[in-house]
Amino acid sequence: MSMTIRMKSLRLSLMAGVAAAAMAFAAVPTEAETLRWARVADALTLDPHSQNEGPTSTLLHHIYETLVSRATDGSLEPRLATEWYIHEDDPTIWVVKLREGVTFHNGNAFTADDVVFSLERVRHESSGFRALHSAVTGAEAIDDHTVHIQMSGPSPLYVQNLTNFFIMDSDWAAENDVEVPQNFAAGEENYAVRNTNGTGPYTLVERDPEVRTVLSLNEDHWGDTPQVTEIIYTPISEAATRVAALLSGEVDLVQDVPVQDIARLEQTDGVSVTTGPENRNIFFSYDMTSETLASANVDDNPFAKPEVREAMALAVDREAIRQVVMRGQSQPSAAPLPPFVNGWTEEMHEFSAPDIERASQLIRDAGYENGFSVDMHCPNDRYLNDEAICQAVVGMLGRIGMNVNLVSQTRSLHFPLIENWDTDFYLLGWGVPTFDSAYVFDFLVHTREGAYGSFNGSRYSNPDLDAKIEALATMTDLEERDALIAEIWDEVMEDRVFLNIHNQLLAYATRSGVNVEVHPENQPHMANVTFD
Amino acid sequence: MLAFIIRRVLQSVLVMLVVALVSFSLFRFVGDPISSMVGQEASIADRAALRDALGLNDPFLIQFARFVGDAVQGNFGISYRLQQPVMELIMSRLPATLELALVSGIVAFIFGVGFGVYTALRRKGWASNTIMTVSLIGVSLPTFLIGVLLIWVFAVELQWLPSFGRGEVVSVGSWWRTGFLTHSGRLSLILPAITLGLYQMTLIMRLVRAEMLEVLRTDYIKFARARGLTNRAVHFGHALKNTMVPVITITGLQLGSIIAFAIITETVFQWPGVGALFINSVRFVDVPVMAAYLMLIALIFVVINLIVDLLYYAVDPRLRVDRAKTRH
Repeated sequence: MSMTIRMKSLRLSLMAGVAAAAMAFAAVPTEAETLRWARVADALTLDPHSQNEGPTSTLLHHIYETLVSRATDGSLEPRLATEWYIHEDDPTIWVVKLREGVTFHNGNAFTADDVVFSLERVRHESSGFRALHSAVTGAEAIDDHTVHIQMSGPSPLYVQNLTNFFIMDSDWAAENDVEVPQNFAAGEENYAVRNTNGTGPYTLVERDPEVRTVLSLNEDHWGDTPQVTEIIYTPISEAATRVAALLSGEVDLVQDVPVQDIARLEQTDGVSVTTGPENRNIFFSYDMTSETLASANVDDNPFAKPEVREAMALAVDREAIRQVVMRGQSQPSAAPLPPFVNGWTEEMHEFSAPDIERASQLIRDAGYENGFSVDMHCPNDRYLNDEAICQAVVGMLGRIGMNVNLVSQTRSLHFPLIENWDTDFYLLGWGVPTFDSAYVFDFLVHTREGAYGSFNGSRYSNPDLDAKIEALATMTDLEERDALIAEIWDEVMEDRVFLNIHNQLLAYATRSGVNVEVHPENQPHMANVTFD
Repeated sequence: MLAFIIRRVLQSVLVMLVVALVSFSLFRFVGDPISSMVGQEASIADRAALRDALGLNDPFLIQFARFVGDAVQGNFGISYRLQQPVMELIMSRLPATLELALVSGIVAFIFGVGFGVYTALRRKGWASNTIMTVSLIGVSLPTFLIGVLLIWVFAVELQWLPSFGRGEVVSVGSWWRTGFLTHSGRLSLILPAITLGLYQMTLIMRLVRAEMLEVLRTDYIKFARARGLTNRAVHFGHALKNTMVPVITITGLQLGSIIAFAIITETVFQWPGVGALFINSVRFVDVPVMAAYLMLIALIFVVINLIVDLLYYAVDPRLRVDRAKTRH
């Protein structure tokens, strides 16, 4: 910290000295500002179509660019595309108009061919983003700056899937033999894993995986010149060390601030903390369809009974979890939907106050005079305080006669349980990258078949709802569509498919004088960071 | 001699195979790498296809045979997580770990012997009591806590030393990158080296002290004093020399565990060594890296033991006599 201050004062005196000369040039580029940025993990790869993973996409947004990007309020904003609309004559075609005068870092011009190529690459079977483009059947360059994307059917929301779709230079890819993303089964490394050629505001200067990545300003970028001219990105996996590095002035911005440190950091001189809602809900779900439960000590399936599900909702004290487990850093809510997502309504945040007496009565009414026991599965390294949330809920359910046995384990053991239907009762967190309710329905509510329902661990199956969910994908009348979304939510909430706890909050800590906005998908862009 | 060496090498190979088998069978309990490799949108069919392509559905023994077959050819595959060749990843991280282990080993040895001798000679002094008490803390506090405490005092409060990383590194040769040659690199070494070496230092110190007290009571020390030798000659020329044999053996053996213990220190200080690489790989279920790392650690231990055995053979004539007898 002292170092930067010293540099600043030096710069100030220098500036004073040359002030007279500078007066002549009104638009002098801003002084060089380095931002030292730390977060919990490094990008896994620099290949823009390989790993669909948060830190990877966040870093890549600085080097590569997407057609459209997500603003901090959740809305779409133009980036390499200037306009996008559904073709007037054919609802299965998306027309994308591209920005003119954009060049890649190696000087090649950005054209429609690059978009067509990138779309081909991102749909390759070794791409981690493939599923987001499953409705695409092909793309065509109409002229240098117009692309037609052909969909298998009307797909009014497809553009929402483009916020992490990075555009690569087709010539560069051909030259370096990286026309498909890394194939894990193959024994060799792809050139694009460590080398980049994007159109973004920063170019890669130095990359030492998991140690240090240095980016510097791309002078030829089409956009406004950002204040940050150099980025030094350092992953620091240990929470205490990450915070210490900020306090000792070795980094300027810490992206993943541990919940328990927020209050203390807010009171520390020279440090400021910015918080905002994240696009991720934390909820429980349960097997509500099977005849019996593998882990329960009763002969039937208690979760199949609406009374039991209602009782659980009444037993969980979300406010207590917010205050005690999350230290105030969460938004309790009843539906697993973050507030900026299409389909969210004010009522979704409302839940009835805990009522232990009535909940116990409901459990007795359901035929469990002595309660029952069941296993709960919980990850312990995936979400903010995930294990502590589970422990709190176990205690709360204990008060209404449910004897819950908590099994918490690492994420790589937890998620296969949901995939294989090996759990009766589990915790899951879900983000909605498309910012539309259909994403929740597709993966969590629809009966598990084909591409649908891969995270539907509740085995919930409602043919009537399935038909409605499938209809959402192709509806072009947005008003009608929103009405259908509301209808589906009503049914999902009435059936209590989810026992939602809260929406996560994000916290970024900076040294004072560095301003950053919290991004709902935890993908802050350093070009938007300003200095006082 | 040659037959002995060949036999020991063959035994070492067997040990390596057993280590590989044990570590490989443990990986099945670490979980499924697929969920960290694909996005949440991937369908169940896509996940199954990737699992098939990686051969994760094959029977355990087939997976193991394939691993050993490739490993013999020096091919450990591509990391699931970082998508780089595993051998290259490990070799690029190894210098950081070896430099840290070397420095903390030397620090532990020098201070361990120094304090050990001092506390043995001045058993009643307040300084000895302080050293003994503080060293107790060294063995009883977990490495993690010591590291965080040091960071708090020297990086956050005093701001003398960096809290994380390796500072600036300089390339020496084709792949070795050293932190010894830069100022920031040397400063960055101090806290992790103390954290890593504290336990070993305490161990050496207590060993030296006990051995020293033992030796000081022996007859030849009394004779030396009777001959009127100076204290200095008695303590360092005769007593210390004779305590060093077990100390050197232990220190050598501890070198292997310093490298293995480095995992925690590296995590706390974000030290870019193989230990931190291993921990991150476990979180991701990056099987190729985990397997290669465990093989590497096994190899280090096997090599150290092999050298020790060969040294015994060279030093201890009785081993040779026994061999000669059985041959007749």
